[in-house]
Amino acid sequence: MTFDAIDSLYWQIAFIVIGGWLATDIWRWAGVLLGNRLSEESDGLVLVRCMATALVAAVIAQLIVFPSGALARETETWMRVAAAGIGFAAYFFGGRKVVVGVGVGLAVLAFAMIVIS
Amino acid sequence: MAENEVEQGEGQAGGAHWFFQGQRLLLTIPALVLMTAFVGFAGFAREVGLPAWQTMLTTFLVWALPSKFLLVAAIQSGFGLFATFLTVTLSAARLMPMVGALVPELRGPDTKTRTLLFLSHFVAITAWVVSMERLGDVPRQYRTYFFAGFAISLTIVCALIVGLVYAFAASLPDTVLAALFFLTPIYFLCSLWGSARERAGHVAMVGGLLLGPVFYLIAPDYSILITGLVVGAGAFMVHRLRARNQA
Repeated sequence: MTFDAIDSLYWQIAFIVIGGWLATDIWRWAGVLLGNRLSEESDGLVLVRCMATALVAAVIAQLIVFPSGALARETETWMRVAAAGIGFAAYFFGGRKVVVGVGVGLAVLAFAMIVIS
Repeated sequence: MAENEVEQGEGQAGGAHWFFQGQRLLLTIPALVLMTAFVGFAGFAREVGLPAWQTMLTTFLVWALPSKFLLVAAIQSGFGLFATFLTVTLSAARLMPMVGALVPELRGPDTKTRTLLFLSHFVAITAWVVSMERLGDVPRQYRTYFFAGFAISLTIVCALIVGLVYAFAASLPDTVLAALFFLTPIYFLCSLWGSARERAGHVAMVGGLLLGPVFYLIAPDYSILITGLVVGAGAFMVHRLRARNQA
């Protein structure tokens, strides 16, 4: 049953509550009630963290390679890949500051859009 | 000691004072960077077609940005409720040890468990990092006020930012919208690398970036989940092998 399966506000709210709110808060509540019993270094948690990282990475790649909407209309694939690559390099070599990576990445994309149009 | 007596004498006023001190952290760099990330997130959710109130509701109910990002991506990909729950919950499991580490810092002499359960909702990576740094400077009986002042305010401000982006997006030119939309991937590209705790996290990130589009071409509907499970398990095996070689 997808988000759009039933054209009802109640269903969409239920979808957000179960698939979003409960899916995240059960872990926060477990943290309060069970405390530090699950070690940061435990194998289970490393596995779950790896999966979570790969999940987010997959969506990042999808947004860069197969975007929709304004990004697809206004930019070419090479522009997005270059902006992401240069932005990440700036983050990596510029003191690992997220601000630097985001700023440089956006500047490169904006520059490419201006030059192309 | 004398200082302590003064603070206890202040009672409710002390709570309000420390709540406000927590709110002042909204102007720190990590908090401001997070607000920028929410500008991008709103652009992404708008592009997916979620109405403003649903994106604001999601911001308030889920709060942790990677989980919310995956929830919206799952809605966009047409995931069923179970697959959505699985995707989101996998990204949220890391909150448990984070909350577990925060609670001993947060708990005061009279703190009730239900207060902690309520406050735990506002734990996400940024709120956690900043609070763990600052809570040591706050008198123990006021730490929940301080955390509430910061974390709850941060959630509300970010939800309002989401609303503002929706309000103004329609009047923005396409090029600005494109840049706004690009904020999300570039933000996560940097923050994901920084938040990885072990080498395996970097393996998972690079693997997900490279194989995500490949799986998308093979199975567009569930490619995110497949990439997460397959690449995540692969990165974990690398982690195990390294641990064995070092032992």
